[in-house]
Amino acid sequence: MGASQSGPVYMFQDLAQKTGFSIEQIKNLHNRFMYLTQDEDTLRRKHLENISNLALNPIRRQIIEAFFDKRNMGEKGKGCLQEIGFEEFVTVLSFFRPPKPRTADEDMKNIKKEKLRFLFNMHDTDNDGIITLDEYRRVVEELLSSYETIGAETAKAISDAAMLEVASVTVGQMGPDEFYEGITFEQFMQILKDVEIETKMNIHFWNLDTRTMQCGK
Amino acid sequence: MKKRMKMLLLLGFCCGMVFGDQNRSDPHDQRVFPVLSINYDYVQMPFEVSLWILLASLMKLGFHLLPVLSGVVPESCLLIVVGLLVGGLIRVMGKNPPVLDSQLFFLCLLPPIILDAGYFLPIRPFTENAGTILTFAVLGTLWNVFFMGAVLYGACRLEAGRLASVDLLSCLLFGSIVSAVDPVAVLAVFEEIHINELLHILVFGESLLNDAVTVVLYHLFEEFAHAGEVTVGDVFLGVVCFFVVALGGVLVGGVYGVLAAFTSRFTSHTRVIEPLFVFLYSYMAYLSAEVFHLSGIMALIACGVVMRPYVEANISHKSYTTIKYFLKMWSSVSETLIFIFLGVSTVAGPHAWNWTFVSITIVLCLLSRVLGVVGLTYIINKYRMVKLSGKDQFIVAYGGLRGAIAFSLAFLLSSDDFPMKDMFLTAIITVIFFTVFVQGMTIRPLVDLLAVKKRKQSKCSINEEIHTQFLEHLLAGIEGVCGHYGHHHWRHKLNRFNKRYIKRCLIGGERSQEPQLISFYNKMELKQALMLLESNSSANLSAGVTAAIPRQRSRKTLNISKEREEEIRKILRGNLQKTRQRLCSYSRHTLKPDAEDDDWSETRLRKQRVEMERRMSHFLTVPALPESPPARRARVESV
Repeated sequence: MGASQSGPVYMFQDLAQKTGFSIEQIKNLHNRFMYLTQDEDTLRRKHLENISNLALNPIRRQIIEAFFDKRNMGEKGKGCLQEIGFEEFVTVLSFFRPPKPRTADEDMKNIKKEKLRFLFNMHDTDNDGIITLDEYRRVVEELLSSYETIGAETAKAISDAAMLEVASVTVGQMGPDEFYEGITFEQFMQILKDVEIETKMNIHFWNLDTRTMQCGK
Repeated sequence: MKKRMKMLLLLGFCCGMVFGDQNRSDPHDQRVFPVLSINYDYVQMPFEVSLWILLASLMKLGFHLLPVLSGVVPESCLLIVVGLLVGGLIRVMGKNPPVLDSQLFFLCLLPPIILDAGYFLPIRPFTENAGTILTFAVLGTLWNVFFMGAVLYGACRLEAGRLASVDLLSCLLFGSIVSAVDPVAVLAVFEEIHINELLHILVFGESLLNDAVTVVLYHLFEEFAHAGEVTVGDVFLGVVCFFVVALGGVLVGGVYGVLAAFTSRFTSHTRVIEPLFVFLYSYMAYLSAEVFHLSGIMALIACGVVMRPYVEANISHKSYTTIKYFLKMWSSVSETLIFIFLGVSTVAGPHAWNWTFVSITIVLCLLSRVLGVVGLTYIINKYRMVKLSGKDQFIVAYGGLRGAIAFSLAFLLSSDDFPMKDMFLTAIITVIFFTVFVQGMTIRPLVDLLAVKKRKQSKCSINEEIHTQFLEHLLAGIEGVCGHYGHHHWRHKLNRFNKRYIKRCLIGGERSQEPQLISFYNKMELKQALMLLESNSSANLSAGVTAAIPRQRSRKTLNISKEREEEIRKILRGNLQKTRQRLCSYSRHTLKPDAEDDDWSETRLRKQRVEMERRMSHFLTVPALPESPPARRARVESV
């Protein structure tokens, strides 16, 4: 860590420009990255699985998967990686950066679209651009997985009702020989347009060094 | 039959009158039997109270019959005008109009409004903005008090004449009474302008929480004025007193809330008195807090907030509706009465008008509010994720309305310690009129002019609920990855603690294990089923069916495999059974056996099932690709 102090400064500058974080925030994230990987260069799934905070989270698997999903890295890639570097780590986290106060409306719309795209990718696990009933069902089952007594039937019922709702809102009356394939990205944006994602899907990235403030993993 | 009833009534009436008059001693030996006599004193109190409430309700009715008026002028202004007219009428008739009695106000009129606000407080936006709200409530009010008190004192010194006798303590006390934003007035005006959730909760939350500050400062300055001198130790004790008042109020409310939740666990056999427990425990919380001079408003809010999730899981659907409607009814009547009485008291009260004092007060109120909001926002925005823009700050500053609480507090002052009491009262009434009339009337066009975001009509959407919960977990997880304990992390912990320990104690039966998503889904289904029935859905259904009748093509494109169809039917059946169990949850103990209820629920379920099956068979995802479903699932899992 000590020897590579001056090298990454330029890298940090690039990253800051690309993702919109400030230099201090990137330094903090770098410290955290080093802490998670125990000073290795790349992050693997097992490093994230070791975080005790995540252990009790019902959608832990999907969160971990999101870090290794190529679609979130900005290129037109599909599929998933086995290990990621610091740049990818920061890119994924930049989806959760709060928008700057004086952002124009156009930019806000783009930011909202990006965040919704991230959510969509989390649900669409087979990369075909559509959330099918099965995939949605898994989402609901994972959400309810922390309650052991709930049967799989209730999860199915809820996801079925949710799909019906999407269908009736976006497509309306369908012809008798059409059937509903799944939720496309445009329909996803439409049903969630009232949730104000751009203000809700944010976390605070402090400028101070959080390494000394956190207690345990 | 009617004649007989009339005779009986008359007889009863006469008997009542006779018994009422038996104390009268008559000098004559031969007394004429009083067939009809008047005894007004017997019923005077309840009669007048009922008459006032009837007047208030008729006024409310009348306003909504004139849509032109209610669109421009907020209801509170109209009610004050009515109060003025009524007061003038009473004065013309020669009697003295009644003044808003402070005890009546604080013990009877205020609690329903606060309970209504606290019980239905939107928790999520409140906790998300808790820091901002507290800053505005505590620091903002303190700033207002001291700024106003100091400048007023300076002005009084400069003015001389009648104002020379006003000392610093009186000015500070006056400042503390006038500075507090009033929840009743804010509710009355903001309800009508449908502003976005964030601003609404900011102004409203501030008006609720600043009660603690007001109570402490009021008692503090009153004590000082009585004692005559102030030491540093007293000031320190005042600060301690603030914490005791605020936290003590919340604690008292929390205890009563837990008691109410615990009681509601056992009410499954006596559904009829469930709402009564909610109201009684809340009122007791308020009164208990008032006994110790703690903040009654905070106790009431805490009680409602703590009690609500557990009580709602325990009580029946009918009790829930009863509670909702009773609270709305009482708070509506209270609000109307308060404003009418304000108008009447204006005509009644002794007035001591002083141009300088009143005008300076009004100007200072506006100035200190604006300065306070702008200054505090500058500091707060450093810690907020969603910053408050200039427009937001303007609305928050402009929405600082004063109301009846200030008037009642001023009325409670003793005239010996405060010889300027009448002048204070006049100034406060003028400030209240100014804020309610001028600010209340102009805020709606200003909101439109500045294009402030309005409240979105939130449809009950299961997708939004799923995603809101998903987001919560996602954000908590990302915070875990980043390694700092933020807002979401603590909320996650609280939810887990809640689920594991508290819900087990306070929610009866197997509902304690039910996750929020499921109860939301069940409620939504119930609502939809009711809607389906009430909107005479038979007509819609037939129309829908004819539109969706498959044409005479072969149905091979509708690839629902047999087993899948069976699966669908099983889901529907199981689901509707659960709904049916929920419907029968209220007991028929002392309610009249509602024979129609059974048929009603049956038809409702049947209609819902038919509707759902129809939609399911048309809209469900059925992969038309050559891959079979199990293979697809396997591929998904291997990722």
